[in-house]
Amino acid sequence: MGYDDFEDSAPVAVKILIAGGFGVGKTTLVGALTEILPLRTEEELSGPGTSIDLTTGVETKRTTTVAMDFGRITISDGLVVYLFGMPGQQRFWFMWDDLSHGALGAVVLADVRRLADCFQSIDYFERRNTPFVVALNCFAGSRWHDDAEVRRALDLDAHRPIVRCDARERESSRDVLVTLVDHTIAAAESGQRIKSPSGSRF
Amino acid sequence: MTQAVDPSDDLRTHRGPSPVVRPYALVRGRTKPTGDRLDVISMAYALRMSAPDPADLEPEHLALLRRCAVPMSVADLASTLDLPLGVIRILLADLRDRKLIRIHRPRAEPLTDIRLLREVADGLRRL
Repeated sequence: MGYDDFEDSAPVAVKILIAGGFGVGKTTLVGALTEILPLRTEEELSGPGTSIDLTTGVETKRTTTVAMDFGRITISDGLVVYLFGMPGQQRFWFMWDDLSHGALGAVVLADVRRLADCFQSIDYFERRNTPFVVALNCFAGSRWHDDAEVRRALDLDAHRPIVRCDARERESSRDVLVTLVDHTIAAAESGQRIKSPSGSRF
Repeated sequence: MTQAVDPSDDLRTHRGPSPVVRPYALVRGRTKPTGDRLDVISMAYALRMSAPDPADLEPEHLALLRRCAVPMSVADLASTLDLPLGVIRILLADLRDRKLIRIHRPRAEPLTDIRLLREVADGLRRL
């Protein structure tokens, strides 16, 4: 089979990242959308806080494993969307660079009761100029906050979409992705990526 | 390219931390693949289904090659074969070095192909 045939037969794959604090519903959202069972794959890394350079001898490497959720949505024979739940802990950040490279965009899933948990994700995507939306996973019993209140608390730009969702519901989760892709299209059309603010939220 | 997944095959929910030693023994302690970086959504596709010299390949190499009869993403392969991404990358690079597979890289960053983005948006709306 020639190279051109391969180019024709390989589907185009795009990836969307699902980020947010621990326990906010990333796995649930991936599970609501994926056509396959939510799968886990694993990445291994040397001890906490070590850099991306894994060339040191394995015999001295302290290894831990991080499981990563991923799901798949086949749009057509030629187009597949992959969803990756990004491991939240800071020591796994080296994986974020790998995952976010070339991503269509990101969903930052947030719980209004613990908004601070998603600061790191927001800072990260702003710095990389990765298009993202904030999705408030509406847990039972969480107090209703208006968008302006959330926007202020998260220090988000006026153009940044904030949506509410129930990560257990397929349609609701689907709508979050649609909002993200529309946002990415708007950013691409305007030809300007979102300028990152200089400060961090910490 | 969709692979049926039998939930009973997934032992990971039933066991403790994943075995670390064996996957890295499999790649003889190497921690980096040769050649270009392999994205999680890079697509691998077999150019031939048998190796001229299978003796210098591990069974996992051959299992990977079989899976790549249709284009498969790195993430799908890692999940299907239950091996860490890092190990899958090394094994795929080995197969690429032997010209047994071709790897198709995803679109370059940033993703600004409006036509493609619209196709994704429309497809998601139809879900």
